[in-house]
Amino acid sequence: MEGLNYVGAGLIVIGAGIGIGRIGGSAMDAIARQPEATGKIQTAMLIAAALIEGIGFAALFAA
Amino acid sequence: MRRNFLMKKITLLLFLVSFVSVAQHDESSVAEATSKDKGIKEQVKEFIDHHLQDSYSFDFFSITNDAGEITHYSLPLPVILWDNGLKVFSSSKFHHGETVAEVSGNYYTLYHSKIYKTDASGTIHYDAAHHPTNIKPLDFSFTKAISFVFLVALLMFFMFRKMAKNYEKNALPKGMGRLLEPIILYIRDDIAIPNIGKKHYKRYMSYLLTIFFFVWIINLLGLTPLGVNVTNNIAITFSLAIMTYLITTFTGNKSYWKHIFWMPGVPALMKIILAPIELLGTFIKPFALMIRLYANITAGHIVLMSIIGMMFVFHNWIGSSLSFVLAFILSLLELLVAALQAYIFTMLSSLYFGAAVEEHDEH
Repeated sequence: MEGLNYVGAGLIVIGAGIGIGRIGGSAMDAIARQPEATGKIQTAMLIAAALIEGIGFAALFAA
Repeated sequence: MRRNFLMKKITLLLFLVSFVSVAQHDESSVAEATSKDKGIKEQVKEFIDHHLQDSYSFDFFSITNDAGEITHYSLPLPVILWDNGLKVFSSSKFHHGETVAEVSGNYYTLYHSKIYKTDASGTIHYDAAHHPTNIKPLDFSFTKAISFVFLVALLMFFMFRKMAKNYEKNALPKGMGRLLEPIILYIRDDIAIPNIGKKHYKRYMSYLLTIFFFVWIINLLGLTPLGVNVTNNIAITFSLAIMTYLITTFTGNKSYWKHIFWMPGVPALMKIILAPIELLGTFIKPFALMIRLYANITAGHIVLMSIIGMMFVFHNWIGSSLSFVLAFILSLLELLVAALQAYIFTMLSSLYFGAAVEEHDEH
């Protein structure tokens, strides 16, 4: 069962990708609905994306 | 109109044909190259590995002459070791890991960018997993990364002192101030005040500004051909994160600690379960800061250098031009990442400070 850790890392990267994609998509929706709140939405989006990214990187280093 | 359309079609067709023929040519050349040029791929890999590690000298370039002799052009930096007493000597004694350095009866060898204590002939002993078992002396050397940390610190000190003096004379910014004033105001008005609050933000502004400009400038320096990479050294990001952790811990008010150990508003059993999780969370937050900066910059450097290395692996025009275009686009992306990571680090630090000083109303 060698190399299974790489499969796990791949799964986590897929998960993180889906997560960041969803955040980006939702932020787009929100900006389209309320263009005047663009700045706030972008900030919140970046923070959430950074948090997910952190988990992704932590998993990559564990693998 | 119609002729124009036809021209476009023909051009497109020619373009595609040229691609197909090139692709075929490429395949055959790659097939014969795999056996011959295996050395190049390993050299590229070695070079990337070397770049990712801190070094004891500034390496500018090296020249291999026809006879295969390599001449290195570099600036040695001091090596400071603690090994039964302080040992200070120049890293030029290692001759890029080719010779053993002798300092007052002790012998040191450079092996994979680490210093080991050896005998006079520089023998390295290995254990079963091929790790060296030689003694590693405590290393306080003034390495490349450290020299750049000091350089950026000095640069920032003089830059911002000059700006501050300018503001004493008149309120209008001059010189560098014109460029940096909007950024400083952005950090104050859009990062510090919304996250920390109007009452407490002033205490943290100096730290937030320092961390933002330090990370930003040092990330930007990493993109220059100087070959510095400071923030992809986990020790550096660790010390940055530990500062955020210490400030959060020591400025935290009563309500911050209450929310960690005895979360108000939840049942008593839940409080007992939550306390260790919350306590662990205080360590995980700076840990994530450390890993995020380190991993982002390391990943960026590896990908950028691998793409540039493609040029040497594919010995033809299509590989080279592709790698050139990709490297250019990726460098632009890295410029964004350099600023974004500095922003995220500052943003999350201020978020943690905000949580530490937040005053809660009764729940």
